This record gives sequence, structure tokens and C-alpha cells, in this order.
Amino acid sequence: MSATEPWVGRPLPRFEDDVLLRGEGRFLDDLSPVAHTCHAAVVRSQLAHAGIVVDVRAALAAPGVVGVLTGADVMALSRPFPAGIDSGTPQYATAIETVRYVGEPIAVVVARDRYLAEDAAELVDVDYDPLDAVLDPVAAAATAVHDRTFAYGDVTAAMAQADLVLRQTFHVPRFTCTPVECYAVVADWDATEGRLTTWANFQGPFTLHGVAAAALGLRGDRLRLLTPPDSGGSFGTKSSVFAYIVLMGLASRHLRVPVTWTEDRLEHLASSAAATGRTTEVEAGFTADGRLIAVRYDAIEDVGAYVRAPEPATLYRMHGSLTGAYTVPNVGVRNRVVLTNTQPSGLNRGFGGPQLYFGLERTMAIAAKRLGLDPAELARRNLIPADAMPYRTPSGALYDSGDYAACLDHALELADYAGLRTRVEKARADGRLAGIGIACIVEPSISNMGYITLAQTADERALTLPKSGNAEGASVSINPLGGITVRLATTPQGQGHRTVCAQVVADTLGCTPGEVTVMSEMDTASVPWTVASGSYSSRFSGVAVGAVQAAALKLRAKIDAIRAHAGDENLSLRRVAGMAHWNPEGRPAGEEPGLSAVAFWAPPTLDPPDDEDRIASSAAHGFIVDICAVEVERATGQVRVLDYVTVHDAGRLLNPLLADGQVMGGFAHGLAAALYERHVYDESGNLMTASLVDYLTPTAPDIPALRIGHLSSPSPVTALGAKGIGEGNTMSAPACVANAVADAIGRDDVELPLTPPRVWNLLDHGDGG
Amino acid sequence: MTEITVTVNGQTVVEQVEPRLLLTDFLRHRLGLTGTHVGCEHGVCGACTVRLDGVAVRGCCLLAVQTDGSVVETVESLAGDGPLSPLQAAFKRHHALQCGFCTPGILIAAEDLLSRGHPSHEAIVDMLSGHLCRCTGYTPIVAAIEEARDAPALARAEEPAG
Amino acid sequence: MKPVAFEYVAARSVEEAIAALGRDEDATPIAGGQSLVPALNMRLVRPTLLVDLNRAGLGTIESNGVLRVGATVRQATLEHDLRAHPLLREALPLVGHFVTRNRGTVGGSIAHADGSAELPVCLAAVGGTIVAEGPGGRREIEPDAFFVTHFLTTLRPGELVVATLWPQSEEHEGSAFEEFALRAGDYALSMVAVVLRRVDGVAQNVRIRVGAVTDRPTGITGAQAALEGVSITAAIAQEAGRIAAAAVDPPGSIHATPGYLRALTGTLVERAVLRAWERAG
Repeated sequence: MSATEPWVGRPLPRFEDDVLLRGEGRFLDDLSPVAHTCHAAVVRSQLAHAGIVVDVRAALAAPGVVGVLTGADVMALSRPFPAGIDSGTPQYATAIETVRYVGEPIAVVVARDRYLAEDAAELVDVDYDPLDAVLDPVAAAATAVHDRTFAYGDVTAAMAQADLVLRQTFHVPRFTCTPVECYAVVADWDATEGRLTTWANFQGPFTLHGVAAAALGLRGDRLRLLTPPDSGGSFGTKSSVFAYIVLMGLASRHLRVPVTWTEDRLEHLASSAAATGRTTEVEAGFTADGRLIAVRYDAIEDVGAYVRAPEPATLYRMHGSLTGAYTVPNVGVRNRVVLTNTQPSGLNRGFGGPQLYFGLERTMAIAAKRLGLDPAELARRNLIPADAMPYRTPSGALYDSGDYAACLDHALELADYAGLRTRVEKARADGRLAGIGIACIVEPSISNMGYITLAQTADERALTLPKSGNAEGASVSINPLGGITVRLATTPQGQGHRTVCAQVVADTLGCTPGEVTVMSEMDTASVPWTVASGSYSSRFSGVAVGAVQAAALKLRAKIDAIRAHAGDENLSLRRVAGMAHWNPEGRPAGEEPGLSAVAFWAPPTLDPPDDEDRIASSAAHGFIVDICAVEVERATGQVRVLDYVTVHDAGRLLNPLLADGQVMGGFAHGLAAALYERHVYDESGNLMTASLVDYLTPTAPDIPALRIGHLSSPSPVTALGAKGIGEGNTMSAPACVANAVADAIGRDDVELPLTPPRVWNLLDHGDGG
Repeated sequence: MTEITVTVNGQTVVEQVEPRLLLTDFLRHRLGLTGTHVGCEHGVCGACTVRLDGVAVRGCCLLAVQTDGSVVETVESLAGDGPLSPLQAAFKRHHALQCGFCTPGILIAAEDLLSRGHPSHEAIVDMLSGHLCRCTGYTPIVAAIEEARDAPALARAEEPAG
Repeated sequence: MKPVAFEYVAARSVEEAIAALGRDEDATPIAGGQSLVPALNMRLVRPTLLVDLNRAGLGTIESNGVLRVGATVRQATLEHDLRAHPLLREALPLVGHFVTRNRGTVGGSIAHADGSAELPVCLAAVGGTIVAEGPGGRREIEPDAFFVTHFLTTLRPGELVVATLWPQSEEHEGSAFEEFALRAGDYALSMVAVVLRRVDGVAQNVRIRVGAVTDRPTGITGAQAALEGVSITAAIAQEAGRIAAAAVDPPGSIHATPGYLRALTGTLVERAVLRAWERAG
């Protein structure tokens, strides 16, 4: 092992950058993986809910058209997507006889190029027979397609004993992360072999590969899925591209040509994957001295028109962390899933965290006011103490490590909390509206694939195979000339996996990161993978790194054996490789020939749910304290962030430069949800935020400076002690900013997004104007 | 079909184009210059920004046929076959890109802004308001542009080894 | 998002452009294209012929008592022209973004007549003129007689905006432009341009034009009248704002209620009036 400082932990700039900076990135639309491909345009519903009759004759006759895939073809060639619950409303790759949201695919026109395909798509005649649209999820709760209640401890008794019981309803609107690159799919059906080869900027989890295969009626090995070297951001949304893998696969199969489809922005906003909308009534019981002794959630989850896999995962991802960062012994939750005639939901950064913590952290802020306590003090009285770690929450999560009080102290110091208070008091004395908010949240990472089975009862689970864990595979190989190649199944979209893996392998093999080639292109036919593969729930730094290190360690053991066998522990890697490849007969006894290792790794704690519905829903748990101060301009309602501090404990940082990049990016998304973004449907279900002119994403002038602090409580359950850090501020910032605005304007009913007109409407203007 | 003669990254090309062919599609799929990216096709996200006759413009808001007789430069021309430009090197140092999809458009616009003088912090931030990035939170991008503005010689130093 | 198929002609002169437009009733002129090409990509506009004006000789600025800005002068060019009216120099940096101003044109913005655009409001506030040319010849049109509603002007079929005329700033004149958008560079929720003179301690020739909350640049005559001949104080500016708020009747949108837009307009008028007054001093 090298005697110098390890590579892991250094803020190394990325190997990914040179190519991207030169414009030599290889995003899927840059590549032509299949010769003679044709191009698809999707005909989409103009109405939110209607019976449809489709006539494609004019489209078929249009110039350059190869053919059209209709709902009838889809129904003949495929099955509905399997989903986590049976909603009674099966979803195919296209609408069949009924459309259920504006933007839903109805048919696919395939032509020589995209221009001609769009010309022909306009000629597809769709006759609509309008039906009533369901748009209010709360009103739809009466016909919920899922309704499960969980209770841990004795919530009712605790509420009865509480000195203060708060009850408030919170709403988190539908938000979508909008990566700058939209979906892209290339599908090439081989009729002779009955096999689909498809490229897509898919991000995992690869459970969805199985869903796609099932819909296509294919055995898993008959669906070969490849991803391009580069993906232009995803933040969860590109997990749902699986639906279009199926759609374009069917088009290729039906029309017997390779099909390329590049989604445009209007399609992406209408029909990719917005986050769920959630309305939650939170009931919380406190003692007079501010201890939170019980919390109960009644959640109504709007998943859009269909329950599309992996839903209802957004509801259950956070299940182990229902009590957040606090020592609450009694917690209950009622989860209801409703369908509305809006776009289906899917993974979006934070995935359940923003929805949960908005309710919990707003409740803490309101409680602090009622109890006459500073919100930081209220948090302090409830934070899980360091000596309780590892801490088992009532709903089953095992918080692996953390010193929450120390984090809070660090955040208060970094923010100069007393100074902020003074600044706010002075502003108020001048007649201005100013306030401070805090949020203390646990950021879970590495999802337990078994959490989705909480949607079933224990009895129902007993009848099926259990689901658990989060495993990853990786391979590390050394070629005859000593070159090192790593293959990953994590499908990164900018997180820098190749650089971090190179750092890990360099430390393990005793070389430099520049000597390690890491390939992140995925190929289900040749790269080691599991159903959990991909990037989501910020699993890379825990699980993928574990797999890479495990494979590298296997290789290291073999290299050491070869060196020992040769009697020279300083034999270069290049020499070892030459010997291993060219003289396999000279290898040490008991060793396989070659110089390559595959390893799979999983964190140890992710069991299936138990019979009491407790689950370790995530393996690692970071902790974040956000503190922000805002001023609200009375005349316009504009919220100006005066200062924003965030302190993260994400365990060991494998690359601090990249870690801070994730924090800033997550903060930008969280701030966007707090102040700018939501999808809006009108009373007929038309999408009003249909382009980037109306779906307003913040740009540089809109993002305030972020001051970041770090503490480190390494995780005992991940290979290198790292915890996920990619999602935290999307979970904390909406609540933190809302708390600050609520403090500034003296209202509890602040709702996201806190745009100037919406805030202004909450202010008292005297004349009621 | 119309014949156009346009100089792209220093090379003169003669092509037959349909009037409706967007410049972005012409560059990417006819000429194989895939460094210019398409994010919205309605002029908002800025990923498609290229240089036309010396100024940064939206590639998705131009028809290829309109560039007849003009000079077009794309991100591929910034470094060519040589080392990263000072601005590109600064981006790398500051981790001003993650997925890299918005980056080419921002590089072109930033180079335009820097070529006009010494932009203030506010001018840089204002220029960036025309570019959507979902990965970085913008702060490192501003820092990289400011570094390139202030010390181009320093930024030209060799990229860090690794 | 690809346009429909169309023919294309790059006009080398105004005459050629007018002749081409005259040949085809579904012909559309294109200048900067920052509004038109997105509309083409969304297939909201479906021309059979696109007449490109960018090389038709309309790209010059001349100063001759008034500033004559050729229709295809880029917004960025006028933004940095020191001869431009101070109101323009304040408003132009708010038009679109740095990159879109490199290509977007002054004349194109005027002809497009988006009620949320800054240039029409500025032209109306300074008392400028639109120069149009068509099969029937050339004519000059006042802004009030030009802008009808969103995307609709009194241009006749086959007629083009060839230039706009911008008066020079007068002695003792002050101007101010205010707008408020949800994000930097967005379409404004409301915008206000004020031009006035300050003579012998009182305001004269007060012109207040609002946009975005109206479908065309709209004068707030009541507020103008209240300021005429008056020494403007904070309270008086506030009153002008109140009059303006009551004078506009904006429809709500997904982003803002009518009540908000009225109040916002009042705030912007108040601010613009005060700043114009201070600058005239």
C-alpha cells in the first residue's frame, strides 16, 4: 500500500471533465448505436380524461412514414406494467381506449426523420369523448387505491397525555427536477431472436428493467439495456424512461425497424416523471417543556393517472424515518394513494423526503411558537442523542451514526444565530418583514429494496418472496499490459462516479487514479448488476463503492499472492499482469488464471420488513441542519434570502469537491421547490406549466449564496464510512425557507412555492387589495 | 432545398438544407458536431448557444439556412486539439460542471461576455440568467468565470494531475 | 418540436421583402427569430414562406434629431449605443437575456407586439414612432395607433416595420423603467415606463405607460394628470401609484391574481415616478 496520503478523501478534480468541456461528451442523442434507424414522434392526448378513437390512415400515407404503432398494437404485443399495488387501472405503454392525462402517449409515428414524423403525427386523427377529470387528490381520497395504516408505540394514549396537540394540514405540490437533457431511447428489435436491444439514458433502479421486460413479455436476458457514457442529469426522473423503452421497443417490434426517439421539452414537462403531490395532516403531541411525544400523519398521495412502478415508493421510502431526527416513541401514519388525471409520478430528488419533512419541520416551527421556545432549542430538546447511536426508530430504521447536537451547535455558530436574530429584530423595528427558519433532518441513503412491500400487509407478504437489501456489483480487471479497467452499473448522470471509483481503486491497488479507467456505460448483458443497480437514494458512495472496493480487494489479494509466489513484493503491476496473462501455468497454487475480479456488496442491515411492519428502509443516515434568514418585501411579496447555512454530516467524504457540488445542486432544487416551481393543471386538467416559459426554474440570480459546514460521523455500515449526500437539501430547504417566511409574516398557512404573488396574498394590506 | 455555404469552426462547408432545418440539428446531425446540445427548442435553457459571426446566439432559434455566408463557432472550437482554454480549465478546477449538458452553451456565452471587457460579478450572474443548470447551483460556474476573467494567465496553468 | 415545412427567401432589400410577402398570404417575415422560431418549433405558427429580413438593409442606426433605429438592429447593439434614450438604456438590459439580445431585434420586438415586452412600452413612453413600409408605400404610425392587443398591430397585409424613431432626451427630462418578474429575465408580471420634465420645480409632460398587465402599452392618464404641474413628493408618487393600480384590469394567471397585479403596478408606478423625478432634478 502506498505510504502517501490516500486518494479517497481528496478534492480531486474530475476525469470526466475534459471530454465534457470540449464538447466531446457522448449523450445518447449524440450517438448512432444502430445503423439505419428511423425516428419516432409520439402522438399525445390533448385531454385529461376521455374515450378515444384513433384513425391513422392519413398519417400512414404521409411522406417518409414507415408506420404507426397504435394502442391496439400495444395491447396485442404487451402486458400492462406491473406495479407495487393493484389500482384497478392498468397502464400500458400507450393509452388503449381511454386517455387519462394530458400528454399521455396515444400512438407512435415512425418515419425517416423527426421532422417527417412530426408532420405525420399531426395527421393522426383522435376523436375524443370527454369524461370528467379528477384533479383534486383530497376529494379523490374517498376512492383511494391504497389505504394502509401503521402505528408504533401508542399514539392515541400519548396524544391524550400531551400538553399541546397541534393539528395542521400541509401540501407539497407536484415538482419536477427538469434535467437539461430529456429522455432518449434507441430500440432495436430482433425478430429472429425475439430479443430487444435498447439504449436509453436510464438511471435505475434496475428493478424497472424487470418491469419493462414483464410488460414486453420478455425473459430478462431478452431485454438487453445499454446506457450511454454520459447522461445530462436525471435527479430521479430518468428512472421512468423505462416506460418509453417499452413503447419504442414495441414500435421497433411492430414496424421491424430500429427506432430512435429523443424526447423534447414539451413532452418532458407533460409526461416524464413529476414528483408526487402530497397532502398531509400532521398531528403532533408535545409536553409543556417541548418534548415531542407523538406524531401522526394522514397522507394523501397524488401519483397521477396511474400507479406506475416503483410507486407507491415515494410514500414508503422514508418509512423508517417518519420520526425524523427526533426521539419520538409513538408514531402513526395512514397512507392513501389516489389517482388524478395528471401525469404519473416517479423518482425526483429527495423522493419522499421533501413531502415528509415539510410537514414535520413546519410542525416543529409552529410548536416552538406555541410553546414560547426558540425553534433551535425545541429541536435540541428532541434530537436523538449521540450516545443513542446506532438508534432504532419506532418504524424500524437503524440510524447508523451521528452527533446531531454537535451539528446543531456547528450550524448555529456558522450562522451566527444570535447575530441573525439581532439583524431580524432590527429589520422589524424598521417596519420590515424578516424572519428566521431552521430545519433539522435525517437524510437517508441506500434504500432497502424491501420497503415497497410495506404496501402489503404482513399476511400478504407471507405469501410472496421477501424483498430486501441493496446490492451492487462491479468488476475490476487488469489487462496484459497492466491497464486497469473498472465497470460500474451505477449509470451516473454527473455525480463523478468514475473519478471516485478511480480514487478507491488507486488506494486499494497502490496506483494513481489516472491509471484507472472506469467505464460507467451500462450493459445488462455484460456488466455485473443487480435489481438495485443504478443511481438513486444516493447509494453510490455506500454500496457501489463497496462493490468496487471488494472487487479491487479480491484482485489485490491475487496480486499479492503472485508477488509472494515470485518472491518480490515490489513487482510492478505491469509485471504482475504480464506474468498472470502470459504465464498462467506459473500462477500460485489455488489461484484462478487471469487477473480480473467481480464482486457484489450490500450493506448488512437491510432486512425485509418484520411482521410488525418495521423496516430498515435505508442503510445510512446523514444529518443536516439548515438555518436561513429571509426578508419579505411587503409591496411585492418577494422573498429575499439574507443568509443560508447548511451543515451536513454525511460520514466520510470520498471527494469533498464533489460532495459540496452535490450539496449545492440539492440546495438549488430545494430552493426551487421552496420559492419557484410547481406543476399547475387547470380545472379541465390542461397542463398550464407546459413549457419552460411557464414552468419557472431558478437561474443564477435566483439562487442565494450557500454557506456549507461539514461534520463527519463515519457510517459503520458502508465500506468506507460514507453516507449519501445527493438529496439532503431538497428535503430540508422547502421547510427551512417556509419556516423563515412564516416567521417573517406571522402566518402558519404558508404554502409552496412561496412566489411573490402567493406570499403577498398572505400579507395584510389593510385595504384588502 | 437550398444550398448554403457556411464556415463552421474554421472549415467551409457546402450543404443542401431544407429551410426548416434548425441550426442545432444541422450542426449535430449533419456535421456531427454534437457538442452543442438541445434542451428545450424554445430559446429558454441556453444549452444550444453557439457563436454566429462573433456573438453568442441560441442555436435552436436559428434555421441553418439563415447562416449562409456566416461564420459559426461551436464549443469544439474553444480548445480545438490543444489544451483546455483558460475558461475551461477554470471550470474544471471549480467543479463548475457535473453532467456537462448545459456546459457548452455556458462556455460560449461566457467567452462572449469576457471578450467584451471585464464583466462585473453582477454582469456574469445576469448573463447566466439565460442558462439553465440543474446540477451545480451556479455558484461554481460564476467562480470559474470570475477566475478566468481575473487571471487568464494563471488559469492557463496545467490542469491538476491525478 | 420541429417546424412545419416552408419555403424561404433571404431578402436583400425591403422591396424584395415586400414583394415576397405580397406573393403569399401565409408568408411571415423573420428578423431576430427569438420569438418566432420557438413558435415555429411549437407549430403555433405555420407559414408557407419565411421572408428573412436580416440582410435587407435594415440594420443601421442614424441620429438626426431623432434616433432612427433600423428594424433589424440587434437589441444588444442599441443597448450599448450611447445615443439611445436613457429609458432605453435602462430597459434594454431587462429584455430577454444577454444571448437573446445578440440576435433579437428592436423592430422585431415592436412588430411582435407582445403585451409583456419592454420595447413597445418604451417607444410609447418616449413618444416615438413606428415606420412601416408596404405595397402601399411608407407611413409613420404612433404607438397608440399601432398596438392593438397581444401579437396584433395595425400593420396591413404585406406591410413591414422598417424602423422605429426615438426622440432624444430633452432638457430637464428624467425617465425611469421598472419591471417585476418572478425570475430574472422572465416575462414581467408588470412593467412601467415614466418620462417627465422637471421645470421650475414642477413636473411637466408626464408620460406614464404600463405593460404586461395590459395587452398593449397603456397610458395612465389619471396618474399623469395628477402629476402635471406638481412638485412630486413620496406621497404624491404613492397616490399616482394608487390611481394606476385602479386603472388597470389585468386578468389573473397561474402565477398571479388580478389583485396582486394591480397592487404591483401601483408599486412600480410609484417607484418609477419618484426615480424619474429625481433624475430630472
